[in-house]
Amino acid sequence: MGGRSVSLLKIEDLHVKLVDEDIEILKGINLDIKSGETHAIMGPNGSGKSTLANIIMGNPKYKVTSGKIIYDGEIINDLGVAERANRGIFLSFQHPPEINGIKLRNFLFTTKQKNNKTSMIEMNREVETIIKNMRMSSDFLNRFLNVGFSGGEKKKNEVMQLAFLKKKLAILDEVDSGLDVDALRDIANIVNEYKNNSNGLLLITHYKRILEYIVPDNVHILMSGRIISSGGKELAEQVEQSGYSFAVAESEE
Amino acid sequence: MSNVFVDNKSFNFKHEAKYSAKSEPGINKGLIEEISSYKNEPESMLKQRLNSLEVFKNTKKPGFGVDTSNLDIQKIIPYLRPEANKGNNWDDVPYEIKDTFERLGIPESERKALAGVGAQYDSEVVYQNIKKELENIGVVFLDMETAVKEFPELVRKYFMKLVPANDHKYAALHGAIWSGGSFVYVPENTEVSLPLQAYFRMNAQGTGQFEHTLIVADRGSKVHFIEGCSAPRYNIHNLHAGMVEIFVKEGASVRYSTIQNWSKNTFNLNTKRAIVEENGTMEWISGSLGSEKTMLYPATILKGKRAHAYHLGVTYAGDGQHMDTGSKVIHLGSETTSNIDVRSISVNGGWAFYRGLLKIAKGAKRSRSSVKCTSLMVDNDSRADTYPVIEVENNLSDIGHEAKIGRIGEEELFYIMSRGLTEDDAKAMIVRGFIEPITKELPLEYAVELNRLINIEMDSSIG
Repeated sequence: MGGRSVSLLKIEDLHVKLVDEDIEILKGINLDIKSGETHAIMGPNGSGKSTLANIIMGNPKYKVTSGKIIYDGEIINDLGVAERANRGIFLSFQHPPEINGIKLRNFLFTTKQKNNKTSMIEMNREVETIIKNMRMSSDFLNRFLNVGFSGGEKKKNEVMQLAFLKKKLAILDEVDSGLDVDALRDIANIVNEYKNNSNGLLLITHYKRILEYIVPDNVHILMSGRIISSGGKELAEQVEQSGYSFAVAESEE
Repeated sequence: MSNVFVDNKSFNFKHEAKYSAKSEPGINKGLIEEISSYKNEPESMLKQRLNSLEVFKNTKKPGFGVDTSNLDIQKIIPYLRPEANKGNNWDDVPYEIKDTFERLGIPESERKALAGVGAQYDSEVVYQNIKKELENIGVVFLDMETAVKEFPELVRKYFMKLVPANDHKYAALHGAIWSGGSFVYVPENTEVSLPLQAYFRMNAQGTGQFEHTLIVADRGSKVHFIEGCSAPRYNIHNLHAGMVEIFVKEGASVRYSTIQNWSKNTFNLNTKRAIVEENGTMEWISGSLGSEKTMLYPATILKGKRAHAYHLGVTYAGDGQHMDTGSKVIHLGSETTSNIDVRSISVNGGWAFYRGLLKIAKGAKRSRSSVKCTSLMVDNDSRADTYPVIEVENNLSDIGHEAKIGRIGEEELFYIMSRGLTEDDAKAMIVRGFIEPITKELPLEYAVELNRLINIEMDSSIG
C-alpha cells in the first residue's frame, strides 16, 4: 500500500463481550482498512465474525471491554448507532428483520433525508435505477420492509440500500449466504459499482465464492475471537482447499 | 369532613324547583329546566332529560374500567348554564396544546375555536356549499339542537332509543345535560359521496363536551361521517360524555371515523353504538389519543340477516394516561359477519387496557367473526392488558380470535437506527408502521395528521 491512502477504519486490540453474558467473544482484534480497500474476513461459525460487524455499527447487545475502534481518524467506541451511520458506516445485516407497516420507499427516503437533502423526484429516479440494475421489481418499493421477502430478496435489499445511501464504509455480513449464482452476480455488480478510492469495504463470509466476484485486497482468518492469519486473496484459496485447519496450524508454528 | 355521612334520602326535598339553581349545588331539575327552556326545546325533550336525571341519580358508577374517584361532576355545572361565560381565556390554555397547534400548523383562526376560547372557526362558506348539495339529494345534516325542533318525529323515534339512559351512569348524565352534536338523515338509496364532517358544525357554544350525534341511514343508502378533528381540543371542564347512535337500515352502509384527542385533563366517558338491519354494513374507524382517562367501546348490534360490522381502532396511551377501550359486537341475525382489528400503543408509563365483547346469540346461526387485538409496549414502564370476552350460543358459527402483546424488538430498533435515525425517530417509525392498517383507512389529511401527532407525542414523551 502506497502509504498515501489514509485509514478509514482502524481497530486496535479490540476486546468485546455480550452485554448480558460474561463471555469474551473478540479477544484482541487488530484491523486497518484504508480508503479504497476491500478486506475480507473469513472464519467458521461462532468465530466472532458477526460480532465484529455489529460492534463496529454500535449494536447495544455488545460492549467493548478494551481497545479502540477508530473511524475517519476519531475513536468512535462511545458513539451511538445513528451517529455512526450518519458519519458514513453501513451494515448489511445477516438477518434483516421484517418490519410491518413501513414501506421500503418511505424507509429509504426518510433515512436518505437525514444526511442529504435530495428532492423526491431525484430520489425516485435514483432508486428506480438501482432497482433496475439489480433486476428487482419496483413493486418492492411499495412492500413493507423485508416482510415476506425471500432470503435472496432480503440480501438484495440490503445492498440496494448501500447503493442508495452511499455510505463511506460498508460492512457486508454474509451477504452471500443463501444466494444463487445470478443473485450473487447482481449483488457483486452493485458492490463493485459502489467501490471507489474514498470508501472502504469489509466483507464477512464463509465462502470464497463471493471473493471471485468482489476481489479483496486483504483476507483475514478469524478463529475463536482472534485474527490468526492475514494475507492477500490467495489466503482464501488455501481455506477453500484445506479448510480453516491449515490456518490454525500456521498460527501455531 | 370524611366522617360526615349524609344520607341522600332523608334530605330529599319534594319541591326542588322552587329552589333557585344558584343556591342549590348539584345537577338538579332546576338546572335542567333552565337549559331546556333556553334551548327552546319541546316538552318531550325536557321530559326525557328529567327522566335521565332521575336515572343518573339512582345509578352507580360502572364497576370496571378507569378510576373516576377524582372526577368531580359538580365542577361542570357552571359550564352547563346557558348564560355562562364559556369563553376560556387563551392565556389559560396550556403550553403543550398551543405548541401542538403550532407544530401541526393549525391556522390562527382555528386555534381559538379548538381551544374552546370562542372565535368561531370560519367554515361557514365551505359549509354552505356542501349544505346546498346535500339538500338537493334530500340529506339532512344539522346540529342536533336544530333537529330537535325541525324534525321532532324523527328525533323522538330514534333519540336515545339505542342507548337509553339506564344503559349506564354516564349515559344517564348525557341524557340529562346533552348539548350540541350532529343529526344526519340519509334517505333511501342515496349515496353521500363526500364524507360529512362534524368539524364544519363546530362552534364556540358546543365545543362538544356532551354532544349527541344521531345518524339514520335509510334503506340502501351510504354515508361516511367524520367526527371532530385530530387537533387537540382543550376544555377546562374535565369531562367529555358524548353519545353516538347510528341506525343502519336494510342494505345501508355507514362508516364512522374519529380521531379523539382531548386534552390530558379530560375524562373521556363516551358511548357509541350502532344497530344494523339486514344486509347493512357498519364500519367504525377510531383513533383514541387524548384524555387522561378514557372508557370507550364502540358497539355494533347486528340485528338483521347478513348484517356486517367492521371495527378498526387504535388507542394510544402516553404518560399518565389510562385508556380502557375495546369493541363490542353482538350478533343477533343469522349469517351475520364481523371483523375486529384493534391495536394499542403504550408509551412512557401509559396504560392501554383492551376490553372487548363478542357475542353470538342463539339465533345468529352460521355467523362468522374474526377478532384481532394487538398491543405494542414501547418501553418497560408502560402497560398493556387485554380482556376479550367471547360468548357463543350456537355451534354453527365460526370464530377466529388472536390476541398479542409485544414490545418493540431490539433488533428492529437497531436495524432502523443503523440507517441513521435516532432511537426516538426509529420508535416513532415502528409505531407508525404498527398503526398503518388504521391510517390507511383514514382520509389522507387525517392520516397525515395522526402520524404527525404520534411523532409529536413520542417526541415529547421519549425525547
